[in-house]
Amino acid sequence: MVKDQEFLETKASYCLGLAKKLGATDSSVVVKNSVSETVNFRNKKLDEANRSDDLGISITTYIGKKKSSISSSNLLNDNLNILIEKCIETTKNTPEDEFNSLPDRDLFAKEVKDLNIYDQTHIENNQKIEYLKKLEAAASNDKKIVNTESSFTQNKSNFVLANSEGFCDGYKSSSFTASSVTVAKDEESMERDYEYSSKCFLKDLDDADELGKIAANQTIRKLSPKKIGSEEIAIIFDKRIAKGVLNTFASAISSSAISRGTSFLKDKVNQKIFSDKINVFDKPDMLKGLGSRNFDSEGVKTDTLKLVDQGILKHYLIDTYNGKKLNLKSNGRCGGTSNLYFENGNISFKDLLNSNSKSLYITETIGHGSNIVTGDYSVGATGFLIENGEFKYPINEITIAGNFKDMFQNITLANDLEFKYATNSPTMLIEGMVVAGK
Amino acid sequence: MSNFFEKSDVSRKEAESIISDTLQKCDDGELYLENSKSESILLDDNKIKNSSYNSDLGFGFRAISDEVVAYSHSNEISKNSLKQSSENLKSTLKSVKGTYNHEIPKSNKKYYDNINPIEQKSLNKKIKILNDVNDYLRSKGDKVKQVTANFLGEQKSVEIIRSGGETLSDVRPLVRFNVSVMVEKDGRKETGVYGVGGRQSYDSYLKDENWKSVCDEALRIASVNLESKPAPAGEMKVVLGPGWPAILIHEAVGHGLEGDFNRKKTSAFHNLMGQKVASEGVTIIDDGTIDKRRGSLTIDDEGTPTEKTVLIENGILKNFMQDRLNARLMKTRSTGSGRRENYRHIVLPRMRNTMMLSGKQTQEEMIKAVDKGIFAVSFGGGQVDITSGKFVFNCTEAYEIVNGKIGSPIKGATLIGDGPSILKEVSMVGNDMMMDPGIGTCGKAGQGVPVGVAQPSILINKMTVGGTKL
Repeated sequence: MVKDQEFLETKASYCLGLAKKLGATDSSVVVKNSVSETVNFRNKKLDEANRSDDLGISITTYIGKKKSSISSSNLLNDNLNILIEKCIETTKNTPEDEFNSLPDRDLFAKEVKDLNIYDQTHIENNQKIEYLKKLEAAASNDKKIVNTESSFTQNKSNFVLANSEGFCDGYKSSSFTASSVTVAKDEESMERDYEYSSKCFLKDLDDADELGKIAANQTIRKLSPKKIGSEEIAIIFDKRIAKGVLNTFASAISSSAISRGTSFLKDKVNQKIFSDKINVFDKPDMLKGLGSRNFDSEGVKTDTLKLVDQGILKHYLIDTYNGKKLNLKSNGRCGGTSNLYFENGNISFKDLLNSNSKSLYITETIGHGSNIVTGDYSVGATGFLIENGEFKYPINEITIAGNFKDMFQNITLANDLEFKYATNSPTMLIEGMVVAGK
Repeated sequence: MSNFFEKSDVSRKEAESIISDTLQKCDDGELYLENSKSESILLDDNKIKNSSYNSDLGFGFRAISDEVVAYSHSNEISKNSLKQSSENLKSTLKSVKGTYNHEIPKSNKKYYDNINPIEQKSLNKKIKILNDVNDYLRSKGDKVKQVTANFLGEQKSVEIIRSGGETLSDVRPLVRFNVSVMVEKDGRKETGVYGVGGRQSYDSYLKDENWKSVCDEALRIASVNLESKPAPAGEMKVVLGPGWPAILIHEAVGHGLEGDFNRKKTSAFHNLMGQKVASEGVTIIDDGTIDKRRGSLTIDDEGTPTEKTVLIENGILKNFMQDRLNARLMKTRSTGSGRRENYRHIVLPRMRNTMMLSGKQTQEEMIKAVDKGIFAVSFGGGQVDITSGKFVFNCTEAYEIVNGKIGSPIKGATLIGDGPSILKEVSMVGNDMMMDPGIGTCGKAGQGVPVGVAQPSILINKMTVGGTKL
């Protein structure tokens, strides 16, 4: 059982009290507990069962404009006493930074809405096993599938955030996640692919049979890939890759990258950075949303932001420290975005495939090829050649490259947005990227 | 060494009896206890941005029956939580009928000292060096726009208690010092990063103002990149410099030679044992025994002493890297490669210091042998798809080679290749093997562990360079 609010609050207020007694002028504390249970299957047999119970505390103390922090998984008061003492000592010895402070009082979240992100249902391991048996049976139906691995995780978390300004709140959340990874083989090649479903509520989780089938089909169609020549070509990103473009965008508009001057989107507010039709939202209060929250990791209220309006950048993602540095108010994005998404475009998936006589459909990228300082992008990729709207054959061992400044201006979105992750995008077409192959 | 039971309501004896009771009839398993202390001090944007300290304590209890692993971890070392974990394990492994494998090799060798690097240098001294780094780099001219420098230090005490009470322990120091600098010229911004580290005190890396050479290197890389032009796109010859570029070996073949992927037959190498997988002259080892290196371990996280494992000898595949579980199921022995990020994670076979040994040629000969290609000196990160064997890595410093001469620097490009075939394309192996500076972290299944790499300069006949210039 995940620890209740009362336990977490008691620990939090003990720490705040002690920090104050030892000389902190301000302090904040987060106490978290997360309990998860995972069952893994491989080739239709039980492979691993894992239970984890994680308790953690992190404390930040301020003495005027000096700041330091500690964290620990040991919540015994004996240990907390030693750590808080150490934290205060370190704070005293850390140089002042004029921008260090707790958030402004009027920005704290006042009401905590029920976001419908906690399902108290408990699924026993033998029920997880039933689900995985069904999933693996569906996944391994085809003879070309030579290995299946699947997993079911239930996670329940609870936390409390409290600070010396009197803010003290927290709430429970849950997630149920099932995944299937399959390996397919033919005479020429061996390929791997996956499918995955993660939901706050058990009853919303994808059907086991369906999930296994999708994983297997996605893997089999990758067999016997070809390498193509180097050329400039239109790229279509599958939804699971397209969301990565949004994640890069979010890193580039984080107030820390902006205030340090290390982002290609610095000074771009109110400028057109995307093509006309592009709108980007970050919506924290989505019911059952995988990224939903009532306040950010400093306790600041979070409103929905239309980050990009008709291609124009409207906001950075601002926390207290960097906000003060930039002379901007925190908009409750300490810790990043919540439910971040591109609004649907106005053409269908089918029309997107048809919009060029030849294009590449990318289903997986590898490598860490996004540079937010310069906007340069270069990654390894796997996918399919599309000709006249039809999937022709699988492609691998290629790279795709471009610069986000140009890529953003050349995005066309389909109208197939789904909320499968915390960050979501419809299928995305980008014209004019360079593929390197043979 | 930590006494894990000192402040607990469970005595060592009682814990041992819970362990023995849980693991009887299991094939393997242990209680893994860990106490780690770590610090991070960060200078960024002219200020000390962060000074933090973490203390983490917990256990992971593992029981294995045949192929099935049951695992349970918790932060509370108490009678209650050990018993609850024991119940979890027993309920997963309902009808076990194995024979507990008591055999665990012994060694008295140690590859680092029992020190706590955090305590060895005062906070004020660390802050002073970070400020000196900032001043030093910013004194190098107006083009320096941003400086980030940080210290990361850790001491991790681990103890492994096996059925029957056999106990193995290790205390592991680890430090890292990193500098990142951003320069700007004519509106163009580029970054250079460099760092050093390993399993000894901070001062071992900082003495004689050695921090200045770390700064110089970061600034040199950033400055080179300011002059870089778009990278070419397509297949061409690639010369890799010595040292850190060996992450190519790590990604391209290292992961594919880890025991688990081969037992499961999901690695592109699983059916190639004893076969030629690399050019003659290519020898690759994975060595956990190099003194004070980042990837070295006295014992692995199952208690097995580490060793120098020959993976590929003169082109022939000789061994996989094994933990106890995969070794038992593949009827071989553990190579001391069983590692985990911390007590929250299960053990997996992992790399330690992965090295390609020196050959006979010089780097000069290699450059001369290339009409059109690139010379890659340093890399950011890499990644591999184990099953298809395709891997990538990102250049952070590279030059074009034209008619046997090094030309202009080129912009960060991704290189992509095929693991099982890339080593057959190695046509020259240099005589200049070098270790990396001690900065690598390898990720697998969500777990990061410190690793090292080494290699001489090598010439690869054919790789795809992912630039933008057709």
